[in-house]
Amino acid sequence: MLERLKEFASEFFVTGDPLIYGADVAIGITMITIVAVLTYFKKWGWLWRNWLTTVDHKKIGIMYIIASIIMLFRGGVDALMMRLQLAMPNMDFLHPEHYNQVFTTHGTIMILFMAMPFMFGLFNVIVPLQIGARDVAFPFLNALSFWLFFLGAMLFNLSFVIGGSPDAGWLSYPPLSELSHSPGVGQNFYIWGIQISGIGSLATGINFLVTIIKMRAPGMKWMKMPMFTWSVFSTCIIILFAFPILTVTLALLFLDRFGGAHFFTLDMGGNPMMYINLIWMWGHPEVYIVVLPAFGVFSEIVSTFSKKKLFGYKSMVFAMLIISFLSFFTWAHHFFTMGSGADVNAFFAVTTMLIAIPTGVKIFNWLFTMYRGRIRMATPMLWTIAFIPCFIVGGMTGVLLSVAPADFQFHNSYFLIAHFHQVLIGGVVFGYFAGLYYWWPKMFGFQLEEKLGKWAFWTWNIGFYVCFMPQYAVGLMGMTRRLSTYGWDTGWWELNFVSTIGAFLMGVGFLFQVAQIADGIRKYKTLKASGDPWDGRTLEWSIPSPAPEYNFAITPRGDDIDEWWEEKERRAKGIYPPEQPLEPIHMPKNSAIPFIMSVFWFIAGFGFVFGWLWMAILGLAGVGICMIARSFSYDTDYYIPVDEIKRTEASLRGSV
Amino acid sequence: MNKKPRSLTRIIIPVVLTLVTIALIVWPMLAGGQYVVLDPKGPIGASQRDLIVISTILCAIVIVPVLILSAVIVWRYRDKPDNKAAYEPNWAHSTKAEAIWWTVPIVIIGLLAIVTVRYTYDLEPSKPLASEKEPITIQVSSLDWKWLFMYPEQGIATVNTLNIPADRPVKFELTADSPMNSFWIPQLGGQIYTMSGMAMTLYLQADHEGTYFGSGANFTGEHFAQMRFDVNATSDEEFDQWVREVKNQSQPLTQETYNTLAEPGTSNVAYYSSFPEGLFQDIVTKYVIEGTGAHIHGTSEEASGAQDNASTKVDKSAN
Repeated sequence: MLERLKEFASEFFVTGDPLIYGADVAIGITMITIVAVLTYFKKWGWLWRNWLTTVDHKKIGIMYIIASIIMLFRGGVDALMMRLQLAMPNMDFLHPEHYNQVFTTHGTIMILFMAMPFMFGLFNVIVPLQIGARDVAFPFLNALSFWLFFLGAMLFNLSFVIGGSPDAGWLSYPPLSELSHSPGVGQNFYIWGIQISGIGSLATGINFLVTIIKMRAPGMKWMKMPMFTWSVFSTCIIILFAFPILTVTLALLFLDRFGGAHFFTLDMGGNPMMYINLIWMWGHPEVYIVVLPAFGVFSEIVSTFSKKKLFGYKSMVFAMLIISFLSFFTWAHHFFTMGSGADVNAFFAVTTMLIAIPTGVKIFNWLFTMYRGRIRMATPMLWTIAFIPCFIVGGMTGVLLSVAPADFQFHNSYFLIAHFHQVLIGGVVFGYFAGLYYWWPKMFGFQLEEKLGKWAFWTWNIGFYVCFMPQYAVGLMGMTRRLSTYGWDTGWWELNFVSTIGAFLMGVGFLFQVAQIADGIRKYKTLKASGDPWDGRTLEWSIPSPAPEYNFAITPRGDDIDEWWEEKERRAKGIYPPEQPLEPIHMPKNSAIPFIMSVFWFIAGFGFVFGWLWMAILGLAGVGICMIARSFSYDTDYYIPVDEIKRTEASLRGSV
Repeated sequence: MNKKPRSLTRIIIPVVLTLVTIALIVWPMLAGGQYVVLDPKGPIGASQRDLIVISTILCAIVIVPVLILSAVIVWRYRDKPDNKAAYEPNWAHSTKAEAIWWTVPIVIIGLLAIVTVRYTYDLEPSKPLASEKEPITIQVSSLDWKWLFMYPEQGIATVNTLNIPADRPVKFELTADSPMNSFWIPQLGGQIYTMSGMAMTLYLQADHEGTYFGSGANFTGEHFAQMRFDVNATSDEEFDQWVREVKNQSQPLTQETYNTLAEPGTSNVAYYSSFPEGLFQDIVTKYVIEGTGAHIHGTSEEASGAQDNASTKVDKSAN
């Protein structure tokens, strides 16, 4: 009996690696600390009422962002481990199996559990405020989306210490990811972590589409919306059409692994190339999903910090919608080398190049917003200015890659890795950082200090170029991606060594950001922010910081582009909006069901991962019960009375 | 007053940092190995290099001015109290500007598209290389985690090392007895995926004698990093001599030896004096269901309509 238990434990828990034992200890200590702190300060009730059961978009947004920063840490540590292993030839820091797990989790976490939630966080915090709404269209669904993401991410992360991580790359190509070549549970963690999280992503896409379509302030016609909101709209269209492809593809892979199907296996008529097509039909739109909101952030920041209207509004809207559309027609450029033939390759090469055109147009419009403006170099603007050269060069290497026969020499090399990191970091990460710094005061009610922010900015940027420019070079030397090691005779070690230095510099940059945030929290009382600390242009800056629970005491109008700026100009001339009577505000009630349902999904996923059908069925039954409970709950809303609104407004605006 | 030293530090520190960063990036680019992709030794690689140069130049026509423009604009329009540059806070539209920055990229991309399409057909991997000499056929199979090369016309086989005659087209026929890999000799030309159930065709040529680096280029699991092989391009005479030596001095590759080879694990360089007839075809069709046809899909050459269709039927002249 003891023998069987020991055998089970040695398979169930990941053993034999000091790094993992260290992680076990760290996880244990962290969990105990959290429980201890919450208990000591008697904050369990607060946690439950304010965070675990909230349906408030502002809080949900903050939770998304906190989770994404934690995942940025984990994905970043993965990267540092990889770069350590590759710093010198024939290093023995990570054995090949571990290296393969580390790069797989690095990619999966950074795209699906860092970029996506960071993006959803920014959507949540800002879009309702920008369109003058009091919440999103479906607040309950919003909370459910967050908890599904969170528990899906937790399931995936658990694989590090329980069962073993997936190790077939972030896209898990079959037949490598089939049972024939990946018999362990790692791939199952991959499938289920992403599937559960993916339900949340699709739901968020629908939620924000409806919110933007139906809940704009009176007078806010389509062509008066702020550019960030337009970017969210374009992104949600892509999400709507792309995420079902991911869900279906992973479901088919799961049927292969669990149900004896042969969609993508080597034998019995399976076709791995079909998986590659399907996964990239999702995968390419996915990268546009993450970059378009960054473009939206940049539009807001460039305009605000150049004290000038955004140039070419119509052009910018058109460009984003075209990018959304075209993004569905380029997927095969990820496998030009799979032998599809010249006809197919030529088509996809051309469509891929075409996307560069609207993207380039956006760059020009940003530059001409700054032209004849007055540029303030606050932190959000620094990140925006750094994005421009970085993304231009990254985009250029993308065009080089789109030339199909040239890609035969670039594909799967470090040239490719440098390209996509350049556009993902220079575009997506810089954009989300800029957005975080820009909207931080609105979220938390205090500013972050510039000094540490500048240290973070410079180390991140220098680190980025030192890390990735050598990677273009080493790709041209023939170095393939996903190599766990390489020999002295390749002549690659100098470039790899320098690249590792750059990676650690970026890590230092991250530490500066953490320090900046910790320092800001420590002295937040001295850093308090008004409702409009940046002299902003859009409606989110017309309410106090942090925004009151109901956002707007009186629903604003949105008749002009940069409505808040126009309003300030009017007030400067002495023209004030007419007094409007307050009315009770309709608000959704908190609900425990999103959290509980997600926990049941986690249980179901865990059961499926290990093939314990009893647990899977239990979990799914729990999900079903939650749905029924929700269907029959009728007490889901309440009204904030007028005098409470008056008191809140007085205290917020009085002290600001 | 410490005004002078302070302003000096404010200039010196960024300058030093920039120089150190540039040095850090540039030093290894000059120190290390060869830029094989930019220094091709064969016609396919040379064509691809030309294409890389053309596309870089076309992109640079837009990129370089834009980078300069960005720097100038950011510098000139800073919010300094004594800035005398024009300030037009509500100027947000110019049809002329829009016309220019939509048209110029469209033209550049249009040019690049025309060039790309032409080269895509020219460099279709299965398209035979123009040459006075007859191509030599080499059959390739990726395994976990080694490369098997079969020479049907010579009747020998090797593992993790490839010998070819220089200045003569090599017709590679490629498959896999493993997850999808990719066959890449960067200094000779671009890669192609190796897939079970498919026989791909790739033409390459080494113009000069020499040793070239080859590797797998699509991740296949634990020991993927070991999938390296050297490519030795020699004169015709030296090649024939080498074939004779392998025939005389090596063990044959039997079906059992092959089965052992196909098991997961790495391998040293190995030479075989013969291999079972039809082995390549057997590997290609290993998982194909009986009676459903030789291949799941057409090969690349069928898709692009090239004339030489012989690669789907394996050359059975191996002895």
